[in-house]
Amino acid sequence: MKHFKLALLSATAVAAFATTSYADGHANCGIEAGRVSIVGNEFPAIQTIGSGAKACASDTVEVKANLTADHQKINVAGMTGNPAEYTTAIVANSSIVALMNEDVIRPLDDLVAKHGDGIKPNQLITVGGKVMAVAFMANAQHLVYRDDILKEAGVEVPKTYEDMLAAAKVIRDKGILQNPVGGAYKAGWNLAQEFNNMYIGYGGQFFKDGSAEVSINNEQGVKALEMMKSLSEYMNPDFLTHDSNATSAEWKAGNVALMNMWGSRTGALVDAEGTAPEVIEHTSLASPMTVGGGSTAATTLWWDGWTVAKNISDEDAEATFLAMKAAIDPSILNETTTPQAVWLIDGYEPSPQSAGVFGAVEMAATPYPMLPYQGLLHTALGAELADFMQGKESAEQALADVEAAYTAAAKENGFLQ
Amino acid sequence: MKHRTFFWFFLPSGLAMLLFIAFPIVSVLIQSVYAPHEAVLVTVENSGPFGITKSTSIDQEATEALRAAEPLGRFVGSQIYFDRGHLAINELASLWQTTETWGDFTSRLGNLPFYRALSFTLTYTFTTVPLLMALGFMIALAVNTLPGALKGLTIFFSLLPMIVTPIIGSLILFWMIDSRGVIGSLLQYLADDPNLSLKASTPLVWISIIVYGIWHSAPFAFVVFYAGLQTLPQDTLESAQIDGATRWQQIRYVTIPHLMPLVTFVALIKLMDNFRVFEEIVGFNAEAHATSLSWIIFNDLGGETRLLSSASATSVLTIIGVAILLSPVLVRTWRDFNEKSH
Repeated sequence: MKHFKLALLSATAVAAFATTSYADGHANCGIEAGRVSIVGNEFPAIQTIGSGAKACASDTVEVKANLTADHQKINVAGMTGNPAEYTTAIVANSSIVALMNEDVIRPLDDLVAKHGDGIKPNQLITVGGKVMAVAFMANAQHLVYRDDILKEAGVEVPKTYEDMLAAAKVIRDKGILQNPVGGAYKAGWNLAQEFNNMYIGYGGQFFKDGSAEVSINNEQGVKALEMMKSLSEYMNPDFLTHDSNATSAEWKAGNVALMNMWGSRTGALVDAEGTAPEVIEHTSLASPMTVGGGSTAATTLWWDGWTVAKNISDEDAEATFLAMKAAIDPSILNETTTPQAVWLIDGYEPSPQSAGVFGAVEMAATPYPMLPYQGLLHTALGAELADFMQGKESAEQALADVEAAYTAAAKENGFLQ
Repeated sequence: MKHRTFFWFFLPSGLAMLLFIAFPIVSVLIQSVYAPHEAVLVTVENSGPFGITKSTSIDQEATEALRAAEPLGRFVGSQIYFDRGHLAINELASLWQTTETWGDFTSRLGNLPFYRALSFTLTYTFTTVPLLMALGFMIALAVNTLPGALKGLTIFFSLLPMIVTPIIGSLILFWMIDSRGVIGSLLQYLADDPNLSLKASTPLVWISIIVYGIWHSAPFAFVVFYAGLQTLPQDTLESAQIDGATRWQQIRYVTIPHLMPLVTFVALIKLMDNFRVFEEIVGFNAEAHATSLSWIIFNDLGGETRLLSSASATSVLTIIGVAILLSPVLVRTWRDFNEKSH
């Protein structure tokens, strides 16, 4: 809630600023009139997009943004009415699915044809031949390590999760750090995501070919869980309550030497506020790791992009498209904004902060699946895997529970008979 | 009162109750017996920054037609109530057949989300309510004996836990019991075990939440009982003193009987409140160890794909749970009322 309030406050501040810079903004965006209302997650890169769109505000163009970590709890509801409250939602490859399932976003082909110059073809997210979103950044989880601690322990930078375990053992045995491994293993979305990574790394398939029938209770699933369990033995014992924020805080305090972390969060790991000096100096990034002798990176690729609501007037849709296009214009890139993300925008020069995500792209990591029922499986994983991680049940039982929970939810939502 | 007068007197509150209590319940009931239409799936080609992939998507035109024909969705009757996410009838039956001892049966029962949530919810409710009433009563007695000048200040500070928003209060305690927090570090020091973690142990998490629940709600019991103490019949108390009753006997035979209706009131309110335990679980990040019915509703609505029917079914089950919980107290009140009116 606090974040929400902060986001609101900063939104108001930016709005006030945007009104003063109206003449400039108006000239750049080319919007006659309309209403632009943004809902999205809040991390630095998205704040940049939000304020970029607000620069288009004028006497006839209203621009407002609601950027909050709870965005996916409100975006469907906020786009279902007619006219929709939000004219655009900033989404990722997982969260666009809920909007498509509920049919609240419109195909952008005509707007791209009319105003799409400057948007690169690989930024267009097409589903079944229709453009449904415009991506502006890429993201992935990858290895982050402390080069000084690895050197002190005399171990190489891990390329596989097995290496990571071995390195963690050495670091603990030499008494350098008690719990050298970090990980966003909080029960719920985060824990499920770590399972997804590991399961993909072992070459697992989530569903029986082309159907909504889940199939994760197999050898790869068990191996993925066992690897997660082994890693958790080198983590802070509170790991089931640590989300990405708490894991980053552990990193900044210098308690952790190795972790799998989001590319979009690496910039914040080394900002001066609340970070130990040796952490700032020695935080290094590397490509995602593989696992179990496989060649597939144990991670998923993500894009973040914007959509346009279906239930709004064509005028508002055009205004929204233009404002969001202005927000991802190459001119937004500067010293502050460039390290915030791996931008897909023209003229982006990779910064040192982007090494991990580029590594993931080079390894041809698997994009997070855009299946209509993937979200249900994600929720089921998040709720049912915690028992295994606490040693309360076997891996097979945990995976059977996930399958049963998913099947009940998929039946309810009409994906399974 | 004449019927006509009564009717006009009752009408505004009746309308408000209909609008804000009855209609929402009916709406939730309806939503729980309908589910989204069967999805019409098509295979599509997706492209984006990471290349072209084959994927599955929902055929919106076909789904649109289904939705237009039956806007409420597909009627599923009690199916959702009995599926694994709720009462889990089939799973219960097979558990009953495959397990041999009661212990095994109950531990496997904890694997089903509804029963796992219910076990924490009931434990929480039945431990916090008596303890918070006892604590509130003791604070009320203590404050009542204070000299006048100190009373106001003490009452104010005693009420603070109730004023703190539950989510904030539980977050504060959550950080204190962190293995790097004040209480967490102290316990590690006392137990001489650097790996001791309150948050990693299910019983300790339950105890922490219960302690928080008592701390948070005791002031409510305190204010109610304190108000009751102001109406204590002084003459009865004096005659008890003249008869040589000890302080304990005065409390046992004069104060407590006098406060009995208030005890019923506090028990009713707090049973109802605590059965809906929710903020504490979110604040303590406790979903790995403790869930509640309200938390299940939150989880169903918070995922990337919302489960509205499932959340509605859990809501109805919560209402039924509250009704069952309150029935003994309500039946007693009804009997007392009838005895008095005859």
